[in-house]
Amino acid sequence: MTASPHTRPVSVGLFATCLVDTLRPSVGFAAAQLIEEAGCEVSVPRQTCCGQPAFNSGDRVTTRALAEQMIAAFETFDYVVVPSGSCAGMIKTHYPELFVGEPDWMPRIARFCDKVYELVSFLVDVRGMTRVSAAYDGTVTYHDSCSGLRELGIKAQPRTLLASVEGLELAEMADSDVCCGFGGTFCVKYPDVSNAIVEKKAANIIASHADTLLAGDLGCLMNMAGKLQRMGRDIKVRHVAEVLAGQGGDPAIGEPARADTALKQTAGTQGAQA
Amino acid sequence: MSVQITSPQFKANARAALADAPLQQALSKVGLSFIGRRSAAAAKLPEFEALRDSARDIKNHTLAHLDLYLERYEQQVIAAGGHVHFAVDAAEARDIVTRICREAGARTVTKGKTMIAEEIGLNDHLEAAGIQPVETDLGEYLIQIRGEAPSHIIAPAIHLNKEQVEEDFRRVHAHLAPERNLSEPTSLLAEARGELRAKFLAADVGITGANFLVAETGTSIIVTNEGNGDLTQTLPKTHIVLASLEKLVPTLEDVSQLLRVLARSATGQDMSVYTTFSTGPRRAGDVDGPQAYHVVILDNGRSGMLAGAFREMLRCIRCGACMNHCPVYQAVGGHAYGWVYPGPMGAVLTPALIGIEKGANLPNASTFCGRCEAVCPVRIPLPKLMRHWREKEFERHLTPAPQRYGLAFWAFFARRGWLYRPATRLAMWGLSRLGKAKGRFAALPLAGGWTKYRDFPTPQGDTFQAQWQARRRAQAQGQTQRGGNR
Repeated sequence: MTASPHTRPVSVGLFATCLVDTLRPSVGFAAAQLIEEAGCEVSVPRQTCCGQPAFNSGDRVTTRALAEQMIAAFETFDYVVVPSGSCAGMIKTHYPELFVGEPDWMPRIARFCDKVYELVSFLVDVRGMTRVSAAYDGTVTYHDSCSGLRELGIKAQPRTLLASVEGLELAEMADSDVCCGFGGTFCVKYPDVSNAIVEKKAANIIASHADTLLAGDLGCLMNMAGKLQRMGRDIKVRHVAEVLAGQGGDPAIGEPARADTALKQTAGTQGAQA
Repeated sequence: MSVQITSPQFKANARAALADAPLQQALSKVGLSFIGRRSAAAAKLPEFEALRDSARDIKNHTLAHLDLYLERYEQQVIAAGGHVHFAVDAAEARDIVTRICREAGARTVTKGKTMIAEEIGLNDHLEAAGIQPVETDLGEYLIQIRGEAPSHIIAPAIHLNKEQVEEDFRRVHAHLAPERNLSEPTSLLAEARGELRAKFLAADVGITGANFLVAETGTSIIVTNEGNGDLTQTLPKTHIVLASLEKLVPTLEDVSQLLRVLARSATGQDMSVYTTFSTGPRRAGDVDGPQAYHVVILDNGRSGMLAGAFREMLRCIRCGACMNHCPVYQAVGGHAYGWVYPGPMGAVLTPALIGIEKGANLPNASTFCGRCEAVCPVRIPLPKLMRHWREKEFERHLTPAPQRYGLAFWAFFARRGWLYRPATRLAMWGLSRLGKAKGRFAALPLAGGWTKYRDFPTPQGDTFQAQWQARRRAQAQGQTQRGGNR
């Protein structure tokens, strides 16, 4: 199906990802706001997980079931947008592998995968967004999460939008394109190795002298935030969508909620639609 | 030395490696030396990405017609006066090499760098047969005198520092003056060269590996930087080439393409210092060369890979770029992988050669960051192949129980949205209350793997889906009310 922009707004199904859904809903609201600012209508259909944990654990049966569930929930939208390079990469680059040799499925999967985008890549590459109306008082450093970078080619897009944030300064860290050691279940299967990798990442973040760390994947962000906090470092860690949506003043990952945030959460975003 | 398989103890190996200060110091140089040089070499060559495609295609073509090329290669070696021996497994390869050495009346053999000799555990076998193997590659020489296995496929002693080498040289070269100065790498190199020179001349047989075997001409090719391979293969009366069957390429033209990506990917050189072509034994009028030329081609499970999901692994040209760029390899080094081949290429190849039962840790010990695939000169999809091993492991119920049960528990909910949503709401409600004051947890039940080294953030409260629905309802209500007031 194709979008017909002249007769109705572009419809976007927001797949929040299971981590954002459960642990950090504010990223979902930030994403919704940005997609609306890009002139689209946002819906949040009922959803669970894209299946990546099962896929990377070798469980094809569960992965396949979750993929079918995902497609059923999202295929009616013009676009499917995901605030995570790794989940978007899972769908866009790996779903087709699950249906190889099934002529009934393959064209349907190809059509579906074509409209799946990581959030920032959707804003810049699809919607042509070059700037956002947000301000952030701080020096940030940006970590390129592996799947977004190497599976989807996301590198310049977040930097383009961050450059338009008023007051924000970007201080690149060394090896921003090197893995943070999260790796999904890897970090709990091989905690010692994962720790050695995130220690190097933390050292690079600290050496950048940034006061804020941003990235596009909550898993990586939680890993790096958790390490920096365990080291006693006061570096704010946020999803890039939060800063782009002007939510940079809210508590960062691992910070306690303030009294006013609870209020804010019930106040509602402007224009949240079905 | 033959390598004991310790891959099942990867976790313990990794912990030991992480606590090994000299090793960590040596490993810190891996990224610095290899990564920058490779990327500079690739950037200098505009057609580098196209060459990678071409390299992949050459290897794919060869693998698709491997039977024909093996036959042609054998014919050409025989026509040049050499011998070809096919070995099904490691034991047969060892026996063939030992037999050739015995027939040559060998007491000592010199060896150029060959990973296949490591794979078949040749040195132990030769020693047991009363034949002294002498490694002539500097890195291989170092690990031989230390009784170690290589920790990298092109830099076997990369885990060592020069202080350790000095200590070993003083121990092993006890006949030299104890007061000699060995503080500089150049003095260590000079001493190794001096020690090895006599061995080169005394050797009865020289054994080398092969980077490529050329079907068109029956030529074997080695790529080195030290020149030791040339002395190993030209000075003794007998030259044995040890190679595995995926080293075949059709023509010299193909080799010249592959050479353009090999050294650049490996060390960042445009070409390695020595690229040596050998075709058969010495001919009448040749100034040097062996009187007998043997090639031992090892299968050891590779023909089984040809037909299956792991065929793409047989494109590997052993440059080592995948391990140089691997965060896990950089953290723990090669010995932690517990056999001959470390890093991402080892994580795919090792289970194929020693079995998934013993090798299961290796394809699991990857973050799937994809940097290996991004630099592989023959574009092997290493993460995909590691995932295939995880699938085999899962299908055969070899996945460790905690992981299996954890996955099943999660999958039960993820596949049932109507249960997943209330269950996650309840769980997040509980966690957000518990961790509200601090904003994070320093310890959580069942999450010890995470909280051992990092804090875990407190969930913000209700789930995104529930909050979104609540807002939508509130808006709908607001609209109805506004409508009613009108």
